[in-house]
Amino acid sequence: MNTPATQSLDARGLNCPLPILRTKKALNSMASGETLAILSTDPGSVKDMQAFCKQTGNALIGSNTNQGEFEFFIRKS
Amino acid sequence: MGATDKIMTQSLDQSQFDQWFDQRFETRMKAREDAHVASLAIIATKGTLDWAYPPFILASTASALGWDVSVFFTFYGLELLKKKLTLEVSPLGNPGMPMKMPFGPQWLKDINWKVPNLVMAGVPGFEKMATGMMHQTVKNNGVATIEELRGACIEAEVKLVACQMTVELFGYSPDDFIPEIQDWIGAASFLPVAQKSDVCLFI
Repeated sequence: MNTPATQSLDARGLNCPLPILRTKKALNSMASGETLAILSTDPGSVKDMQAFCKQTGNALIGSNTNQGEFEFFIRKS
Repeated sequence: MGATDKIMTQSLDQSQFDQWFDQRFETRMKAREDAHVASLAIIATKGTLDWAYPPFILASTASALGWDVSVFFTFYGLELLKKKLTLEVSPLGNPGMPMKMPFGPQWLKDINWKVPNLVMAGVPGFEKMATGMMHQTVKNNGVATIEELRGACIEAEVKLVACQMTVELFGYSPDDFIPEIQDWIGAASFLPVAQKSDVCLFI
């Protein structure tokens, strides 16, 4: 990722629906246009994060998978 | 037909008018859909540790999605609003519940202990043991506790409402419950909320 994240969230070890709840909470404290980087180990969070962004209008600008860890970048709308 | 329609049909032919109308209708409907805030109404009726999860998971997730959420707790569901949660789970009469060890080597954890109902019913403290195992399994898997999910709902301003009748029926004291309960109401008050919701679930 070229864009540096404004804030980061470590949701590793947490299971559904906690990664989404923590993401929402983190986004609440951020300004529009800022980017949140999230790290998760919950395989369900891959689809959930897409659905969350689609529903809330925030942009999922990138995601990576490596060795059971999932990384997401969300730009707040 | 209104005056506007008359002018429109006089100045345009029918197909032009229809085309104009369809486009306008689409635009207006889309604007209305975009402005709509989705809502979820849940009726929570179960008071065991396993059944405490669905209402709180769905309510907290829906609120994270920006939905307007109300949960009506009735009958055993009121247990979920107690200040001190003492929820238990019973595998008795629930053949769908896996009975697995939350600790020990992997081969031991993988065994699904099929305990006959007769044994479950007869062994004192079997529910306490099953409850302890579920708490451990929840912890091992990074699943939230009920307190945590309930806290998330309260923080997200999920409307928690409780059934007045149940409190009297079961002889509860209002002091036993968390102060975040927004209202004590009856079915007649919650049904109109459910009627207006986009999604309504009975759990």
